[in-house]
Amino acid sequence: MIRILRQIFHTGIVTEPLPQEEASGIEQVGAQLEETVRRRFSRSLAIRQVDAGSCNGCELEIHAINNPIYNCERFGIHFTASPRFADMLLVTGPVTRNMEIALRRTYNATPSPKLVVAVGDCGYNGGIFGESYASLGGVGKIIPVDVYIHGCPPTPVDLLSGILKAISVK
Amino acid sequence: MSMLKKAILSSLARDVEFIKGYQYPGSVHYCTVPGEKFAEAAKVMKDSYALLAAEWATDETLLGRGYGIFACYRWGSEYLIVKTLAQAKTPADDPAFQSLTKIFLPAFRFERQMQSLMGVRPLNHPDSRPWIKFEDWPEDAWPLRKSFDATLPMPRVAGEYNWIRAEGEGVYEIPVGPVHAGIIEPGHFRFQAVGEEILNLEERLGYVHKGIEKRFEAFSWEEGYRLAGRVSGDTTVAHSIAYCMALESMTGSRPPDRAYWIRAVFLERERIANHLGDIGAICNDAAFAFMFYQMMRLKEMVLRTNQKLFGHRFIMDKVIPGGVAVDIDEKGKQEMLAELDWLAKEFEKLVVIYRENPSLEDRVRDTGILKSKRARELCVVGIVARASGLNLDCRIYNPFPPYDQLDRIELDVPVLITGDVHARTKVRIDEVRESIRIIRMMLAELPDGKLTNPVALPSAESAGFSAVEGWRGEIIYWLQAGPKGEVNRCMVRDPSSVNWLGLERAITGNIVPDFPLCNKSFNQSYSGHDL
Repeated sequence: MIRILRQIFHTGIVTEPLPQEEASGIEQVGAQLEETVRRRFSRSLAIRQVDAGSCNGCELEIHAINNPIYNCERFGIHFTASPRFADMLLVTGPVTRNMEIALRRTYNATPSPKLVVAVGDCGYNGGIFGESYASLGGVGKIIPVDVYIHGCPPTPVDLLSGILKAISVK
Repeated sequence: MSMLKKAILSSLARDVEFIKGYQYPGSVHYCTVPGEKFAEAAKVMKDSYALLAAEWATDETLLGRGYGIFACYRWGSEYLIVKTLAQAKTPADDPAFQSLTKIFLPAFRFERQMQSLMGVRPLNHPDSRPWIKFEDWPEDAWPLRKSFDATLPMPRVAGEYNWIRAEGEGVYEIPVGPVHAGIIEPGHFRFQAVGEEILNLEERLGYVHKGIEKRFEAFSWEEGYRLAGRVSGDTTVAHSIAYCMALESMTGSRPPDRAYWIRAVFLERERIANHLGDIGAICNDAAFAFMFYQMMRLKEMVLRTNQKLFGHRFIMDKVIPGGVAVDIDEKGKQEMLAELDWLAKEFEKLVVIYRENPSLEDRVRDTGILKSKRARELCVVGIVARASGLNLDCRIYNPFPPYDQLDRIELDVPVLITGDVHARTKVRIDEVRESIRIIRMMLAELPDGKLTNPVALPSAESAGFSAVEGWRGEIIYWLQAGPKGEVNRCMVRDPSSVNWLGLERAITGNIVPDFPLCNKSFNQSYSGHDL
């Protein structure tokens, strides 16, 4: 136990402020995220992540925004186990034919008003997998999408900026 | 002479024909047998202690031959590929071959997959349900056949999947997925349980089937490495190395030494990053969140160094045919060494905490045991095999430079025999240490030279093979060129294709709440399996 406590004190708080992003006009992603989540979602934004056919690359980065360095929970963002109490669906693509029905059902199980964010180049238009007998292409072909986050895979900062963009539009 | 070659020659001398002219690496032998001897050849292999590494089918109608059936056996550092042609009673429409399932268990899923996607029928296979192909696909949709147009959408038809049922008082079923509670890939698991105890687990995968193998055929040889890098996003380096090496073996080209060494550095960095994440996640599933956050912190630092030095957090698209796309300069070398010093120090502190935590030990020891004998029967590979007493590692048995220079690298591969969650964690811990050590050595002795050599284009009907040890285990690629030298078939065998069977067997007799823990300790890829 003493070792655990020592390691905790020794590590300290590693969470970093998010970097400035001039190009996208977002001054401080973090501060704005926190502010918007507080104002519009009563301090808590619940996200349900759906893998509709990704290669697992995007999932790793979505995991990373939960790590102590990006620590998305400080902005009130947390991931839920069920779509029933989600405000937002974070969908990675391409949508495979075998996942289409499950994705539609998850969408229908999410209460309105709901936001849909499609993650990655594959979520945008199918990416390298394109459209074929097995891949139906981007998420937007199956359910309405509010915001796309580009990248293969998008970095954790891209993901947080994309989530901010989504909760700022509506 | 190769042991496997000797064995098959002594038993089937009159029927077996060894073929030269295929540009495989030296450790790979290739022969053909008549269709009625296919199962007999498998028995000979079984008697020679070989394991089934992969089984797949090709459509060779463009080469004027019908359907090829391939089985690849591994014994130590040798691979033997046995090929036969599918027997067709009615021409072209019902090609069939002898099933190997009763000789080698992993053929169970390989053959269901071959039947579903290529339309070749395994004779006497105990299970004719489709695999990866869902019940709502048209029955005659065989995407890997040349006559199938992959660009057209498929209609949905009515159909039902026949689940294995358990009956009796108090037996109940728990269906899970495809959309899981966490941030993971989709798959369906169905448990039959009595109280807390699991009687049976049936997996059903295929949800992330993106048609990757067919997609390769639409790409040129030079572009394919990008698709290979996205077969399983967490194993992007190993998959692109495997693709590039198979292509290089086809054309007889050889990357410069420096490129080989840099590939190995990438491969080990990928191993470290994923193992760190897994060790943390296993502890998290045993409700020890402290370790999860600590390990995720270390992993993030490794990924950031990747981003800084190589321009991508997972080093995606940096391994290209003929070499690598980024160099390691002196500054990068120093930076990596400093990072490894820090990482090793932090990691060791955490390992002590892992070892000294009795409540954690209580969860991970004797949970989800995959016995050695069972692991051998299922022909599992990689970390799962090494935790269950099988000493398999392509870095030792089928090495590419610098791993072949044993006197310089002296790779030490951990093998444990208990086969429980702890063993799979411990193998990862030891591999992280070993990877840190060998990256240091590789950086110290990195040879000078170019980063790429030109790669010739494959000639008609040539074939290439590679086996690379990714962090999950052995990845196999088999490439075949068509009559004009174009891509005729690109077979991908991710370690998950066999290791998922191991999870089904390891979970029986455990309690339902331990499933996430066992599953995490295997951590197999859905995307790499479904393709």
